[in-house]
Amino acid sequence: MIQNVSAAWFVVTRLARDRSALIGLVLIALLVLAAVLAPVLATHPDDVFELHPSERLKEPSGAHWLGTDRMGADVYSRLLFGARITILIGVIAVGASLALGVPIGLVAGYHHGWASDLLMRVSDIFLAVPQVVLAIAIAQTLGPSLPNVILALSVTYWPWFARVVYAETRALQKEVFVESTTALGASPWRLTVLHVLPNIASPIIVRASIGMGFTILTAAALGFLGLGPPPPTPEWGRTIAESREFLPDAWWYAAAPGVAIFLTVMGFNLLGDGLRDVLDPRLRRSAARDG
Amino acid sequence: MRLLALALHRLLWFVPTLLGLLVVTFVISRVIPADPVALVAGETATPAQVEALRHQLGYDRPLPVQFVDYVARLARGDMGVSLFTRRPIVDDLAHRLPATIELTVVAMLVSVLVGIPLGVVSALWRNSLLDHALRVLTVSGLAIAGFWLGIMLQLLFSMRLGWTPLNGRLPGYPPRDLTGFYLIDAALTWDWGTFGAALQHLALPAATLAFPALATLVRFTRAGVLDVMESNFALYERAMGLPRPLIVWKYVLRSALTSTVTQIGLLFGILLAGAVVTEAVFDWPGIGTYAVNSILRSDYNAVMGFTVWAGAIFIVVNLLVDVAHTLVDPRERAS
Repeated sequence: MIQNVSAAWFVVTRLARDRSALIGLVLIALLVLAAVLAPVLATHPDDVFELHPSERLKEPSGAHWLGTDRMGADVYSRLLFGARITILIGVIAVGASLALGVPIGLVAGYHHGWASDLLMRVSDIFLAVPQVVLAIAIAQTLGPSLPNVILALSVTYWPWFARVVYAETRALQKEVFVESTTALGASPWRLTVLHVLPNIASPIIVRASIGMGFTILTAAALGFLGLGPPPPTPEWGRTIAESREFLPDAWWYAAAPGVAIFLTVMGFNLLGDGLRDVLDPRLRRSAARDG
Repeated sequence: MRLLALALHRLLWFVPTLLGLLVVTFVISRVIPADPVALVAGETATPAQVEALRHQLGYDRPLPVQFVDYVARLARGDMGVSLFTRRPIVDDLAHRLPATIELTVVAMLVSVLVGIPLGVVSALWRNSLLDHALRVLTVSGLAIAGFWLGIMLQLLFSMRLGWTPLNGRLPGYPPRDLTGFYLIDAALTWDWGTFGAALQHLALPAATLAFPALATLVRFTRAGVLDVMESNFALYERAMGLPRPLIVWKYVLRSALTSTVTQIGLLFGILLAGAVVTEAVFDWPGIGTYAVNSILRSDYNAVMGFTVWAGAIFIVVNLLVDVAHTLVDPRERAS
């Protein structure tokens, strides 16, 4: 326990010294703050559902910091509530992908045989097509709604975790400590969960952070294509799609949600890069993001 | 010999991977809550007419039979008929493929021609102001939503400044159809007006599509050059007094680029995925727009056709990249 706390402290202090990781942490903290305190921070908290036809498409001003949209709703307030949806999608989709991908990767990595090959082949099939393509197909099939978006993203993202865990587990099997634990009579379950898993936690955490950014980006694309939660949900991608017919006049309407998506995704990417530097000295920042 | 074995090994996996992809798309397209046949038949069709159409399209047979039939037809190059346009999907896709290839290739060229030099420069002047600026650029490239970037570019360059057309591929008639690639066709027929117009239409979607790929390339090239600059052979060459530009642009770059070659497969994935949304934003008449329209019209045959094409292209490119990498890098052959 003490060991875990000091290890976590080590990671946090190292991250704080890395400038870009720190920026990432701050951005994510702001996002969480915006989501949690949305009703408090919003200047017009009721505008998520209320219509104000007389206030339509007003420029940014003291009353409406980021202007108003086609319904006369405050863009800034809706953005804050949109942060909740973004976090919800990211956390559940990445969590579900972890829950699915990590065990599959562990099992396939530990056992050698046709079943392992089959599992990895299945994950390869999902990786064979760009995520957004499959996610679009699934989300469209199931119908536009928040749970369906999350499901589509989870179903298409787990192979990334399975791949990482599989490769790391296979690499670990050559290590002396795994061999000696096996020789001591540890069950496969005990070996993988108590000994292998903690040793491959770093790449999983890094992948999860980058996966958050990537998933949020894909979710926004689905929302933009009309496959996200239906209106009046203040989902960022859909808001951008709605704003298009009011361009070029209502530029704030289109610009604001895009900036929000950008800052959010950048936060998770920077944190992922920083975590990689801190947790895994073998890999440098150079190893680029691949999915 | 190893090379041949590797290529064969990858080819052997190609068929089951593709088959698996077909299973996935087939399952997705048939577990749908909506009835595609009723959609095609239209709202005015009687139940009897719907059933007749269902029989005619073969949708009343058991699913496994439909799947085997689908795969068998696919093997003959038949992807079925679009439920919406009523034309063979292969024709629809083939007709639209040149537009997508033209866009993707231009975007790939832009990202390679701009990204690699920027990566080298960034590595040479490490931690300079320029390096930091490029770092911001690469981080942005991977965080920006492609569709939003496209809309912002439209807002600035098309709507405000009026420098570029808003969307589409050409306003009037396309050049004489020789290859399907407007730039090449226009150049071959010496039609420079059309060439310029095509280029203007390409500018924004290509820039939108190239941005994330460019960011990735800058990153990889920078890291690769930094790695190689610290290697013994680069040190030796410097000690021997070789001019720095020669070392960098000839020896270091060649060595650093071997790892970049592997990334082309990855890059292609980024471009292909980006093309779907980018094409939708710019109304670019390629297979991405076709896919999005098919999805919105519940044209399941067409969606399946697109997914299979995209998947097959992607798998083939990765196969080629694997083999190319082995060819370029002798270390791969030895290991």
